[in-house]
Amino acid sequence: MSAPALPASVDAMLELLSSRGYLAERSLATVTYLSLRMGRPLFLEGEAGVGKTEIAKVLSAALGRKLIRLQCYEGLDVASAVYEWNSAAQMIAIRLAEAGGEVDRDQLTSDIFADRYLIKRPLLQALEPDVAGAPVLLIDELDRADEAFEAYLLEILSDFQVTIPEFGTVKAPHPPIVIITSNRTREIHDALKRRCLYHWVDYPSAERELAIVKTRLPGISQRLSQQIVRFVQALRDQDFYKSPGVAETLDWATALTELDARSLNAEVVGDTLGALLKYQDDIARMQGDALQKAIKDATNET
Amino acid sequence: MPTSINHLAPPTGGIADNIAGFARALRAAGLPVGPGAVIDAMTALEVIDIGKRADVFTTLESIFVKRHEHALIFSQAFDLFFRPAEEWKSMLDSVPLPDHAKKKPPPASRRVQEAMSQPQTHEEPKAQEQDLRLAVSDREVLQKKDFAQMSAAEIAEVARAIAKMRLPQAELKTRRHTADPRGRRIDMRKTLRQALRTEGEIINFHRLGRIEKPAPIVALLDISGSMSEYTRLFLHFLHAITDARKRVSVFLFGTRLTNVTRALRQRDPDEALASCSANVEDWAGGTRIATSLQTFNKQWARRVLGQGAIVLLISDGLEREADSKLAFEMDRLHRSCRRLIWLNPLLRYSGFEAKAQGIKTMLPHVDEFRPVHNLTSIETLISALSSPLPPHQRSAIRPAA
Repeated sequence: MSAPALPASVDAMLELLSSRGYLAERSLATVTYLSLRMGRPLFLEGEAGVGKTEIAKVLSAALGRKLIRLQCYEGLDVASAVYEWNSAAQMIAIRLAEAGGEVDRDQLTSDIFADRYLIKRPLLQALEPDVAGAPVLLIDELDRADEAFEAYLLEILSDFQVTIPEFGTVKAPHPPIVIITSNRTREIHDALKRRCLYHWVDYPSAERELAIVKTRLPGISQRLSQQIVRFVQALRDQDFYKSPGVAETLDWATALTELDARSLNAEVVGDTLGALLKYQDDIARMQGDALQKAIKDATNET
Repeated sequence: MPTSINHLAPPTGGIADNIAGFARALRAAGLPVGPGAVIDAMTALEVIDIGKRADVFTTLESIFVKRHEHALIFSQAFDLFFRPAEEWKSMLDSVPLPDHAKKKPPPASRRVQEAMSQPQTHEEPKAQEQDLRLAVSDREVLQKKDFAQMSAAEIAEVARAIAKMRLPQAELKTRRHTADPRGRRIDMRKTLRQALRTEGEIINFHRLGRIEKPAPIVALLDISGSMSEYTRLFLHFLHAITDARKRVSVFLFGTRLTNVTRALRQRDPDEALASCSANVEDWAGGTRIATSLQTFNKQWARRVLGQGAIVLLISDGLEREADSKLAFEMDRLHRSCRRLIWLNPLLRYSGFEAKAQGIKTMLPHVDEFRPVHNLTSIETLISALSSPLPPHQRSAIRPAA
């Protein structure tokens, strides 16, 4: 089985993504297409829940490539991101060699620093050849890792190679498709951004969001989905600490269909508001008259 | 050789010239666009359909824009640059484009002038001993003197003293490791490599310890009219700590909030302060603490307070519109940082009482309340900043003298 070919135009890219249920804005499809064609990492920034991580998953599924995910966190280091030696196994190998008598030091060294004692972490895995083609490497929430790790990434992302002192240099035969996401909890250094194609992922328009809800929840009624999208879009215009993303819209729509809601009303919205708003202050603001008004606006058929 | 590519002329037919000219226009508008980006843009345009304007826009945007804040400038420049040639003439007449020839001289030139005009001869070595004693006692006076009552020369002296202050590092333990003979973890990789030299016999264990990093500092400095005597010195102080520590963010607020962290990163204090003031539009104007804090909480708190930051709020707290909004924003700020220290120059008056409504509203939400009006108080502050951090909790508010 051969893997699907890379899309040949922006339109083909849009089609490829939508075939997997990802309805992207044309601009996002354009940068994704460019990143594939130019072999450059794609750097996606934007609020939480707008579908930055999702695009990597969809790409890997649509292209039939392996998805390798590196979730960043504070304190992420080379041992958990790139590789580590299996020390316990090495130790046993040394002991066995000793027990067998006659230890040739050079031989021992090359034996215990061999491929089989190397524990490969996501970044090293991403450089390995794969029959289906170069994998999709998702470096998620890079803003959570600390600056030292960013500097390390610079080398990997520009040359797609890793140097292991005891072992040698591992170079990718085909560069992986790299998607980096950031929620902007910290600024990423310009040096890293310069090596990538940058794109700010925004909240979708009302029409697109409606289409997304219908694609993801095929059973939902036209009326309810329109009300949901109108309500959420109105929330985003307000000055909340954390506006709901597309992920929250989908959660909420799922919650409402589970409750068999036919239409928005104060009771059902009040009960499920936690699916949309994640801060107590924001929920508190959305009570009483404000809630009534928002529901009225959303359910007002025009 | 004079180049034919000019961003002030309408685009010619060639794509290469257009892109180079556009890159120049963006550079003139203040976007950091390097030559590498121009080459990238050319490569990218080869693979897309350049008949579609929207696609060309996105393509160029993904290459030339690396920060969300620049997106607006880019889109304006794109619309202006890529428009029909006949519209260029009228546009050029109406839009004032930046004129690099009229740029004002860099701030260092004044200092250079001063340095040049000083008499070259330094005589009177005889009176050296006496001079020294004088200097010392001068310094003592300076230590206690209120910033607001200083002359220009004294301010310069204080600024120098501030620049010399160094904050001790090492406060927060991170999750990263480094070689440390007294560390808790064993560095198996190094230990094994060492063992190979002795035919697999492990002689001693190499160890790893946690790397320690200073806690990030976020300073919010009030630059309203009532604080104007202090602002410059605080900026000197903040510049000094920005220089010494890695993770320092500085925001100025009066009626609006401005992030000046990047400006303060410049090594030369005069240059840093000058580019600070160039960024700020509301220097020595009114105060809107609540609104500024709201902007900070909404746009920046998640980005700069993430790693257990200490917040220095430098303000006199003279806010007329002290209402529940101020209390709400102070509370949110307090809850999202490790320690909130309020530095208030008004505290220098021994009979100070928190009478102003703004101060009363803000006080319950801070961990520490300190005076800052002279060198001694800044020195105390520095030693407080370098002391081990208390666990995240509300400490008793100390209205120290």
